[in-house]
Amino acid sequence: MFSSRSTSDRIIDWLITGFLLLAGISTLLPLVNTLAISLSDKAAVSGGMVGLWPVGFNLNSYGYILRDDKFWQAFGVSVLRVVLGGGLNFVLTVLTAFPLSRTVKAFPARNFFMWLFVFGMILNVGIVPWYLTISGYKLIDTIWALVLPGAIPIFNVIILMNFFRNIPKELDEAARIDGANPWQLLWSVYLPTSIPALATITLFSIVGHWNSFFDGLILMNNPDNYPLQTYIQQLVIADRPALHGGQAQMLAQLSSNTLNAAKLFVAMIPILLVYPFLQRYFIRGIMLGAVKE
Amino acid sequence: MFRDTDRLAYYVMILPGLVLLIAFTFVPLVYSVIAFQKFNPALGIQGSPWVGLDNILYMFSLRDARQVFTNTVFIATMKMIFVLITAVAFALLLNEVRFLRIRRSIQTMVYLPHFLSWVILAGILRTILARDGMMNDFLGIFGIGPVYFLGQPNIFPWVIIFSDVWKEFGFEAIVYLAALTAIDPTLYEVAELDGANRFQKMRFISIPGIAPVIVLVACLSIGNVLNAGFDQIFNLYSPIVYSTGDIIDTYVYRIGLIQGQYSLGTAVGLFKTVVALLLIGVSYWAAGRWANYRIF
Repeated sequence: MFSSRSTSDRIIDWLITGFLLLAGISTLLPLVNTLAISLSDKAAVSGGMVGLWPVGFNLNSYGYILRDDKFWQAFGVSVLRVVLGGGLNFVLTVLTAFPLSRTVKAFPARNFFMWLFVFGMILNVGIVPWYLTISGYKLIDTIWALVLPGAIPIFNVIILMNFFRNIPKELDEAARIDGANPWQLLWSVYLPTSIPALATITLFSIVGHWNSFFDGLILMNNPDNYPLQTYIQQLVIADRPALHGGQAQMLAQLSSNTLNAAKLFVAMIPILLVYPFLQRYFIRGIMLGAVKE
Repeated sequence: MFRDTDRLAYYVMILPGLVLLIAFTFVPLVYSVIAFQKFNPALGIQGSPWVGLDNILYMFSLRDARQVFTNTVFIATMKMIFVLITAVAFALLLNEVRFLRIRRSIQTMVYLPHFLSWVILAGILRTILARDGMMNDFLGIFGIGPVYFLGQPNIFPWVIIFSDVWKEFGFEAIVYLAALTAIDPTLYEVAELDGANRFQKMRFISIPGIAPVIVLVACLSIGNVLNAGFDQIFNLYSPIVYSTGDIIDTYVYRIGLIQGQYSLGTAVGLFKTVVALLLIGVSYWAAGRWANYRIF
């Protein structure tokens, strides 16, 4: 079937499409530049010659990273915090969201707890008392300092609670007539019907754990305990020659640009691997968070 | 129907989350009283002397603190305005793209930076914005520069604002795209029959269609006026640009944890906490009043 649209209309269509494609591609250019630098010859990088394509292609930086124990130690800490922290987030989000999704009739204290959790979410205590608290619990330099303070992600609880509330009441009643208690109800009715919401909140918490660097920086005194983001932050950002001065250091820094770019890229890989899922579920998660009742 | 054993089960379920909420949110709130002390870690809260409002008054007398407050509000507000405008414009334009494949590819490209940490993105930006980086190479073609993007106080806040737009505009556009898909297609058909062109349809159907979402986002962002983005600025700033780039969060970190002025750091932080709570209250009220929004 022929479209009734005019030629000028179609030209505008192409212009808009072309413009957006260009915008999309330019969003990615900085990442491409980093990848190109990581694959280039050190001299070419110090000469500022590398744009979007590697100059003097080689894999030396990646070979060096493979043998770099510190890098993998930090990588290990990050994996550990993702597994422990993500797991704990999951269990606590489910256990908190379920009672909060009940009616006031079924769980009279529901509204009180709801206000308490929401107040906790919007209350943003300063970094100093937060640090003193965690240090008071003797968690400094342990993996638990990276896992416990954020163990109850209240925003995720609210998303999941809203999802639970939209599950048809008939399922609930049918299970109750069969004599199911709340634990059985949660386990065999609510969890299986909430897979998309559970996937969303799990991805939220995994990405959050993988990406955070600041807790590692202030709660770990021993650099051996740094998660990967903190390790990279110290290496690429905190130790800059521009601040310390020193010609020799500056030269060393220049030649390590390729290595730093490679480290940045390796730290991105886990996110790139889960990106297809992220895109699907995050969008759904945003909608879950936005659509109420 | 509602048995007591059920209620007990609900209490048991909520208990672990409650304990953690108290331990890591409400206990730090109690620690905030050191804002009214001359806190000494060796003496602890019980042993440190009380000084009343001294720290708070001292904070208001500091020129730094006032500058930092202005910087925070300026950067945060500009970020909201530019991210909102870019996201709305992007959503409206993307809505005009008819080929679903291309549409999805564009979305895949622009959402990506949202998922990367500011540590990674700052590492990348430092390379690109360096004197011999890609950005200055590009500007050099037009005979501009070199520009010291991260070293000039008048430019630095805009680098922060536009790099935030780069990271977030695509992702922020999701809610507007969803609102656009929810518009009844017959409205467009009727408008076409009446001879409306593309821009008239955008002006009289699409924009009014997403207006409630724009109002909602604007209302909710009131609560973020004091959050200018710690992770981003911390990883991009340096003492040269403190005059325009230092924000409350980075300032509190430096005076509180690096210089060890625990009480002053806590006082500034507490001031922010209180103002932020009020702002969030206002933002929820505004969102409920003008956008029918309820958080739960």
